[in-house]
Amino acid sequence: MATSALDQQRAHAAADHGEKTGLWSWITTVDHKRIGILYGATAFLFFLIGGIEALLLRVQLGTPDNTFLAPDTYNQLFTMHGTTMIFLAIMPLSAMFFNFMIPLQIGARDVAFPRLNAFSYWVFLAGGLLLNSSFLFGLAPDQGWYGYANLTSRQFSPGMNVDFWLLGLQILGIASLAAAVNFFVTIVNMRAPGMTLMRMPIFVWMSFITQILLLLAFPVITVALVMLMFDRNFGTHFFVPSGGGDPLLWQHLFWIFGHPEVYILILPAFGIISEVLPVFSRKPLFGYAAMVFSGAFIAFLGFGVWSHHMFTTGMGPIADTFFSLTTMLIAVPTGVKVFNWMGTIWGGSIQYRVPMYFALGFIAMFVIGGLSGVMHASPPADLQQNDTYFIVAHFHYVLFGGSIFGLTAGAYYWWPKMSGRMLDETLGKVHFWLMLIGFNVTFFPMHILGLNGMPRRVYTYPAGLGFETLNQIETVGSFILALSFLVFIANIVRTMRSPRNAPADPWNGATLEWAIPSPPQEWNFAEIPVVHGRDALWELKRQRGGPLPEPPRVSGKGIHLPNPSYWPPVAGLGVLVAIGGVLAFPTHGPWLSIAGGVILFFGVFKWAFEPAG
Amino acid sequence: MDAHATHAQPEHAHPTAAVYVKVGLVLFVLTALEVGLYEFTYGGHAGPASASIQPFFVPLLLLLSAAKFALVAMFYMHLKQDHRLFSGVFVFPLIIAIVVIFALIILSAYHFAFARSGG
Amino acid sequence: MAEHAAHLETSTGLDNRKLAIWTFIGSECLFFATLISNYLVQKETWLTGPGPFPHEAWTSPAGKAFEPIIEIPLVTVGTALLLFSSLFIVLALSAAQHGNRKGLLFWLGATLFCGFFFVGMQVFEFTHFVHNGLTLHTNLFGASFFTLTGFHGTHVTLGVIWLLTLWIEAYRGRIPPAKSLNLEMAALYWHFVDVVWVVIFPVVYLIK
Repeated sequence: MATSALDQQRAHAAADHGEKTGLWSWITTVDHKRIGILYGATAFLFFLIGGIEALLLRVQLGTPDNTFLAPDTYNQLFTMHGTTMIFLAIMPLSAMFFNFMIPLQIGARDVAFPRLNAFSYWVFLAGGLLLNSSFLFGLAPDQGWYGYANLTSRQFSPGMNVDFWLLGLQILGIASLAAAVNFFVTIVNMRAPGMTLMRMPIFVWMSFITQILLLLAFPVITVALVMLMFDRNFGTHFFVPSGGGDPLLWQHLFWIFGHPEVYILILPAFGIISEVLPVFSRKPLFGYAAMVFSGAFIAFLGFGVWSHHMFTTGMGPIADTFFSLTTMLIAVPTGVKVFNWMGTIWGGSIQYRVPMYFALGFIAMFVIGGLSGVMHASPPADLQQNDTYFIVAHFHYVLFGGSIFGLTAGAYYWWPKMSGRMLDETLGKVHFWLMLIGFNVTFFPMHILGLNGMPRRVYTYPAGLGFETLNQIETVGSFILALSFLVFIANIVRTMRSPRNAPADPWNGATLEWAIPSPPQEWNFAEIPVVHGRDALWELKRQRGGPLPEPPRVSGKGIHLPNPSYWPPVAGLGVLVAIGGVLAFPTHGPWLSIAGGVILFFGVFKWAFEPAG
Repeated sequence: MDAHATHAQPEHAHPTAAVYVKVGLVLFVLTALEVGLYEFTYGGHAGPASASIQPFFVPLLLLLSAAKFALVAMFYMHLKQDHRLFSGVFVFPLIIAIVVIFALIILSAYHFAFARSGG
Repeated sequence: MAEHAAHLETSTGLDNRKLAIWTFIGSECLFFATLISNYLVQKETWLTGPGPFPHEAWTSPAGKAFEPIIEIPLVTVGTALLLFSSLFIVLALSAAQHGNRKGLLFWLGATLFCGFFFVGMQVFEFTHFVHNGLTLHTNLFGASFFTLTGFHGTHVTLGVIWLLTLWIEAYRGRIPPAKSLNLEMAALYWHFVDVVWVVIFPVVYLIK
């Protein structure tokens, strides 16, 4: 336990070395740690919004022939729930960890391009705001998060809902691409001396592969969204059959993006779990090389499976067979990972702390999700399962049971490092059990409902089909799940009010971020470490024969840091106005887009010519 | 501390201006060949021999443009002299890009054939 | 201190910014691949509007005659311009790396000249097509053609703006050998845009 003397020492250090405070310091920050916190806080808020959307859906579905939500409202809510959870919750929560942890884990002072990093955050915020602003007009997107053509054509979706969706996604795409370039270069080029690629923490590897997927997948959906925008606003017929266009082309393009996207959603969680399990088993990760190569193989193969989302569209037996085989094949490297996680825990000295609870929960839930996934890989089986609740069950098990459990494990694990405070263990365990129970009560019955024929995307169902009881149970489950998050929020609030006295290395960690104070000083490392092996910190402790002393807070004299800048948010504003202006086409739109373009150009020029410092 | 850090790589000897100009001339010639092939097969200079060339037209054309692509990448973009990492960062997405193009062509052609045959 | 940043030691010995521009270029391969795929898949499936033109003459069922409007000579000139501009910019870069300011200004100016003319040729071609009845929304060929070549043209235009900025910087003597990477990054982007055209030229103009 830290003493008050230590607290005083820290307070002095903060005052002496200008720990910046105030709104302006946050707006102009280029510090990866602060940007990480911005991502995390914003994403968590969007996650709660997405959760409320889900609760509303569950209330509507809790009883048959319900009239709690009108059909149109239901469509908007389920579309926004999906879009929000994927693009505004899971991805930016992962980005929080990329931002905060990657430089620390590779022994760097910041990312390769700090201002570009800030730009990514502001553009993400812009995209999230644009998407959600649609609610203010009663025009929230209502076409499903995958926007299938030609429901999205002007003929069948005359309102601006789809336009909000596609423009919001375009903006978010820019944020993701910029960040992907940044983290790719950071990981390749800014590792501490001695840290070869095969000595990197496994979280960095999984994040690295994620960045590559982002770079390759997002351009595809960018083009698809442009084509959709042209169809809706400029009279083209890319996806409109009456003009010779092919609605199926939309599905191909969307899923060429969409399937790598789901690996983008899960790989960071794989990385987090692969960090947590070794620490809390007091054993190195089993089969590090196999974990790296299986991750790379999953990513590469992930580009060859997309049409398994289209088994019911009549592609023909050859296409069906091909994609079925690749989809089954991709289960193999995933299975390798699961066995390696088991191998890590086996024979270890298990520490039953909250991060470990969530990690173990992840393995169990993700495997269930994976099993249903392998079932869909068979086209004949999928012919029944597609567009039923069986699919809804599958992706919630992998995305919630997988990604969210994994991200939550990461939150509890890295909270002390990020904030200098430990989240409460007891509240954490309550959170875990409520979440596990609530999650399974909500989503497990969906397997049964799906196999019994309940379709997706329906705002209600008639009585007498045998769907009532399970739906009711699921609705109850969703509220238990909501309660678990209230417990989490209570834990956070209570923790953030407590003194900032977490030690640098509360868990006996293996990686470099635990070698510096909690939270780190602005420059991260007083001296860039030299690395001699994998699990660099365990290596160091082994050499010393014991735990490391608490690292002191030092003066940052002589350490060069990039200057803060307001041009990234200005450029972000330009992006928002330029792309958002399309909403006002053809009257005021062009002027807005031009104005936005001018702001963007101005911001970029000023950014390019200001000294990086 | 410097023991493991890598200093900025000295630039490998760049080609001379003469090499650049030669590559430029080759590119010009290849373009002329492309246009010539078109003119001979379908254009103003098409004759009785053109029909025999037609099946080879597309592959030949793609070959010529691939050669131009490679020349610009290797010599003008310096991939031949630079660190292999740059080649990797370019070629890997390029392979995925080519796979995507071919996959969409095949799926689309197959889809039309399949649909027209009654499914 | 700002100069120092350029010489920070990196894990590969390669400059961050050069790696970044290559990474961006890799990503752009997928962007143009999607546009080209769409063009190849959709160009034949028009159900509305004029038929096989602009490569061939066509008379509509209503008796309206459409002349072929693709101008191979014009586009070939544009292709040559772009290829030569790649040569000129690599000569400009060489000049910059050797501290030859006059050479840099001359060759970079030549590059800009070619770039301007290429964009001019595209604008002329687009206007010519529109006057002859082929627009973005005439049929799927028009949509696919204009989207693909339009995005390429936009990339060229952005490249011209970037190079123009660098030319002005060079004129002010602000591109010494130590800063030649700024030009190298723009040159790599410019070459990529050229190389995309190397693919578009035969696929769109020479293959019907």
